[in-house]
Amino acid sequence: MKMGERRLLTGSKAMAEAVSLEMKRDENVFLLGEDIGMFGGIFGATPGLFQEFGPERVIDTPISETAIVGAAVGAAAEGMRPIAELMFVDFIGVCMDQISNQMAKIQYMSGGNVKLPMVLKASVGGGISDAAQHSQTHYGTFAHIPGLKVVAPSTPHDLKGMMISAIREDNPVVFLYHKLLQGVAGFKQIPANIGHVPEESYTVPLDKAKVVREGKDVTIVGIQMTMHYALEAAEKLAAQGIDAEVIDLRSIAPIDKDTIIESVRKTHRLVVVDEDYLTCGLTAEIAALVVEEAFYDLADPVRRIAIRDVPIPFSRSLEDFILPGPEDIYTEVMDMMNAKVLK
Amino acid sequence: MTVPVEQLKWMYKTMYKSRHYEETLYQAYFEGKLPGFDLAAGPIPGEMHLSAGQEPAAVGICAHLREEDIVNSPHRPHHHAIAKGVDLNRMTAEIYGKITGLGKGKGGHMHLFDPAVKFSCGGIVGAGLPQAVGAALSSKMKKKDWVTVVFIGEGAVNSGAFHESLNMAALWKLPLVVVIEDNNYGISVSKAASTSVASNAERAVAYGIPGVLVKDNDPIEMYHASQEAIERAKRGEGPTIIEIETYRYLGHFVGDTDEYRDPNELQKNREKDPIPLMKAHLLQEGVASEVEIAEMEGEARQLVHQAFDFARNSADPALETALEDVFN
Repeated sequence: MKMGERRLLTGSKAMAEAVSLEMKRDENVFLLGEDIGMFGGIFGATPGLFQEFGPERVIDTPISETAIVGAAVGAAAEGMRPIAELMFVDFIGVCMDQISNQMAKIQYMSGGNVKLPMVLKASVGGGISDAAQHSQTHYGTFAHIPGLKVVAPSTPHDLKGMMISAIREDNPVVFLYHKLLQGVAGFKQIPANIGHVPEESYTVPLDKAKVVREGKDVTIVGIQMTMHYALEAAEKLAAQGIDAEVIDLRSIAPIDKDTIIESVRKTHRLVVVDEDYLTCGLTAEIAALVVEEAFYDLADPVRRIAIRDVPIPFSRSLEDFILPGPEDIYTEVMDMMNAKVLK
Repeated sequence: MTVPVEQLKWMYKTMYKSRHYEETLYQAYFEGKLPGFDLAAGPIPGEMHLSAGQEPAAVGICAHLREEDIVNSPHRPHHHAIAKGVDLNRMTAEIYGKITGLGKGKGGHMHLFDPAVKFSCGGIVGAGLPQAVGAALSSKMKKKDWVTVVFIGEGAVNSGAFHESLNMAALWKLPLVVVIEDNNYGISVSKAASTSVASNAERAVAYGIPGVLVKDNDPIEMYHASQEAIERAKRGEGPTIIEIETYRYLGHFVGDTDEYRDPNELQKNREKDPIPLMKAHLLQEGVASEVEIAEMEGEARQLVHQAFDFARNSADPALETALEDVFN
């Protein structure tokens, strides 16, 4: 490939490339989890890594989530840099003690004497009729626990750059990748799951949101699929003369408050879209942050779009109805702007 | 197999130190809590789980360990910490919640971390097991001969983490020794009422590894069983389960009404206190004289008193430190 040529990669390949680069750079980096070896991960979490690094560093485990996460905690305390793969984020139910009481709290309880440089990686999201136990995101669940850095990159570029940052980070990181953004066989291929990814190693910060579309009328904050849906909605809104600014949140803990508030100060309107549950979730948190710091910059009440506190249903039409999509965002913004006109 | 004289002396001195430490702690713990017993009051607030009676489990195996070997302990950690050589001053300061504590006052007595001697403990029953698997995996990956010892109570054997961890450790032949301290009670529920097998050592069969039962609360028996397990771990042959039938002389926590135990059972076990028994053994075998023993005990007491002085004279943490160390 010639210098400067744009190279396209899927999300899955971009994330695996990041892990590969870091495994070459640091012998303490290793992976453990279910079906990550020869199989390469159920959602293309680790393609090619087993072939490159062998079973000593890409370790297939038994179906033992508590032991997977706990072993990563124990190895990290010993100076290794483990990446534990959880396959489906929904499986936190069987290993939450190791996540919430151990991974998140040992650094604090040791007064900073123990460091846990580890990554807990899990696939998130619905849209494939996998029903209530295999379709959640749990973005807010992790963010609610102090001691975890939580990221959810939305593009192949950021999957690589943020994975490199996560592996180098000296604190525990929860790294959530969206099934629909991996670009693996067997899933609907969408433009968002492929993108420009530089070949060299680079980092993307774990605490910065990104304005992915500039606009002046309304700020739409999304993450992963909801960010891509927001971009789709923004195009449709543009046809109606509404100029939407779209922010890719990227980091859930910490939330990059400054980028959001700066945008709201410009647009005076905020819509937050989340593929997680509504109550006590990301949408509420972001709304609260904006109300606390930029209330008088708001021309309209904040709008929230999220899963309406129901488990994610199986039937395709029901799932489509429950998951936020571009139409929901378009309708909400139109309603907001029309409400303004009526006033 | 004979136990080297120095090891015998070390085990006695360490058991004595641990017991004296806890007796001192027991007195100090009640300061400011009476009348009525307010768990959160006084200079040492919070729950307190003492290990008096269980010292043989700790010294019998820690006698074989080096600084680089790893120990993970549960919510009843003092005897293990002392036997692993945790900084006694900073451990005591942590128990008092002082800024000079191992965790700057953020952990307390159930959450002691001393990376200098690779010691950690935690308050969730069974949760240390997978972490010990990870520590043992690290030693293997780094091609070091470091051994990880994880202590659990007999109650933790019934948690899911036990099965997941033992299977994984046996599968990967990790250098791990799982020490089950069977004190016969998970808080108030007796082993007979909670556990389907008489001895948890029998469970080793399920993982294709050795399971050893130490029937007496005897440091020397524990020493021998541990030696074999540690050598096996170092040879790369995988984990061993050692269950020791021990006894805690106090309640699950200090302040526990302890109504679930038959006073005769307690009395019978008090009469078999391993510390005076070992002292008699040392004298009888000519390992140490009365004078030497008195010297060892004196040194141990002095270290304990220094530690409590250090803790009491240390400052409380500044309030804003509560916001630090979430991330490093």
